[in-house]
Amino acid sequence: MKFFLLVWANLRRNKRRTFLTVASVGLALFLFGALRSVITTLEDAAAVGSESRVVVRNAISIIFPVPMKYLSQLEAQPGVKSVSWQNWFGGVYIDERNFFPQFAISAERYLGMYPELSLPPDQKQAFLAERTACIIGPKLVKKFGWKLGQTVSLRGTIYPGEWNFTIRGIYSVSDPSFGEDIFYFHYEYLDEATNRQAVPGTYVLELSDPGQAAAISSRIDAAFINSEAATKTETERAFQAGFISMWGNIGFLLSVIGTAVFFAILLVAANTMMMAARERTREMAVLKSVGFRDELLFGLIMSEAALLSLLGGAGGILGAKALFELTRFDGGGMLPGFELKWATVAVGIGISLGLGLISGIVPAVQAARLPVIEALRKLV
Amino acid sequence: MALVEIRNLTKIYHREAQEVLVFQDLDLDINEGEFLSLMGPSGSGKSSLLHLLAGLDRPTKGTVAVGGAQISAMSQRELSDWRASKVGFIFQFYNLLPVLTAAQNVELPLMLTPLSAKDRRDRARFALEVVGLGDRTDHFPRQLSGGQEQRVAIARAVVSDPALILADEPTGDLDAKSADEVLTLLQRLNSEMGKTIVMVTHDAHAAERAHAVMHLDKGVLTR
Repeated sequence: MKFFLLVWANLRRNKRRTFLTVASVGLALFLFGALRSVITTLEDAAAVGSESRVVVRNAISIIFPVPMKYLSQLEAQPGVKSVSWQNWFGGVYIDERNFFPQFAISAERYLGMYPELSLPPDQKQAFLAERTACIIGPKLVKKFGWKLGQTVSLRGTIYPGEWNFTIRGIYSVSDPSFGEDIFYFHYEYLDEATNRQAVPGTYVLELSDPGQAAAISSRIDAAFINSEAATKTETERAFQAGFISMWGNIGFLLSVIGTAVFFAILLVAANTMMMAARERTREMAVLKSVGFRDELLFGLIMSEAALLSLLGGAGGILGAKALFELTRFDGGGMLPGFELKWATVAVGIGISLGLGLISGIVPAVQAARLPVIEALRKLV
Repeated sequence: MALVEIRNLTKIYHREAQEVLVFQDLDLDINEGEFLSLMGPSGSGKSSLLHLLAGLDRPTKGTVAVGGAQISAMSQRELSDWRASKVGFIFQFYNLLPVLTAAQNVELPLMLTPLSAKDRRDRARFALEVVGLGDRTDHFPRQLSGGQEQRVAIARAVVSDPALILADEPTGDLDAKSADEVLTLLQRLNSEMGKTIVMVTHDAHAAERAHAVMHLDKGVLTR
């Protein structure tokens, strides 16, 4: 601890250079935190689905519907407790930039199947009683200032026209990854307003025994294989993972970017430490002449490099966490439940420490091996 | 009684393919409490001899003993520890660390001891008072004159109470007044505190302040 004075004093020697290096590492770790959190958020989103629910979708693609007439056959499958269905609406609120997901749902069945989504009883009752009612997530309330009882107009894109809804409930979720910015309304409203032309996008089946999910899925897909729309049935968790995979191999892409940034910053930090150590050659010779051992000088340089990197890294990643939490960042609704986790902070700080140690190793070895007599000859 | 005993000391430097003989079979005794000036032309090996005495360099042949300890036989680590407590070195260009205050610079050798932070601070302050800079403890080197910087360097050299002080052209970068102050200070350290001092200098007037003057030329040491 007594040598901290030396380490700290040396970091303050060239404040501008130290600040720029700390800022570079900080920015890199900010970026790391953001990229890593995108990945963890997507992983969480993929894991949010239940294993006791399976999703039936069109085998060709999720954008193709599954006929309504399948409902009775799905309900008749052994092991299926209940069936609900939903449809992507894709409406626009005033401007395309105000994106948020909207689903037409078989309301009563759907709410009964999703305990993760809760509504005050009076709001639930009001929603179920009114065909043009909708329920919304708390983030939409915050974003648009909507209130209960307010009428909201959406411009249909898949289903053209002006669609008016009355807000009758504000739901809450037990897991933010579920999404707090979703707009749910009655499938019946959609079906009626389109002259019974609406077709469910997906069915969700609640199972009596999650252990039977694979068998039931196979049976359903086999039952519809020669029908007008072959199905693909999978657990909700697998469905979510598949949905996320439509983003492409984003994890790999982000990892490549993160690695590139890491090495770029490593070079910056290493260069700083090399410069800092080189310009102190004579001081190191003096320290050796007063009795500082080689390994002590090695440790001092390594500590300086580690502290420099840790200051930047901790600042960057904690700054990112604070910023994302204060702004409740969710990628414009694309990343519900976005969170920079403490585990990511810990990894980031570990990376900073590693980066500092790697950047300090060459100048530290040089300092330890400095031939004191030659260095002194240049200065006495 | 001899504090420093040099026997058959030979030093050869290797510069590229060339061997440079600095001195050969040198013998020298320096008594405890002696103030010795070492003079000689540039390249005569004065500084090399000082470095060997400080354990900063190793002899090609022969032995160097200080206070009974054979420093020429010590390992690198043992030499570091020995330097920290047994010898103080004063450079021509002071060589204070610019990022540390005067007191912190003086405290450097004490960081290698088990002393508490308070004891280190107290001793550094006392050493600065001895050299007449008790009111400059919190000044950085850039806030001091050359003479004051050299006095801080002297305080750093004596703070761990070594028996031997080695000074390599300590007045070489100072004006006459500051040089005089530094030499007076060295004399006081010698006479009042009993420090054995070996001072390399080009300045005959500075050399006169010592008890004895020796000349090193072409590897030969003469009184």
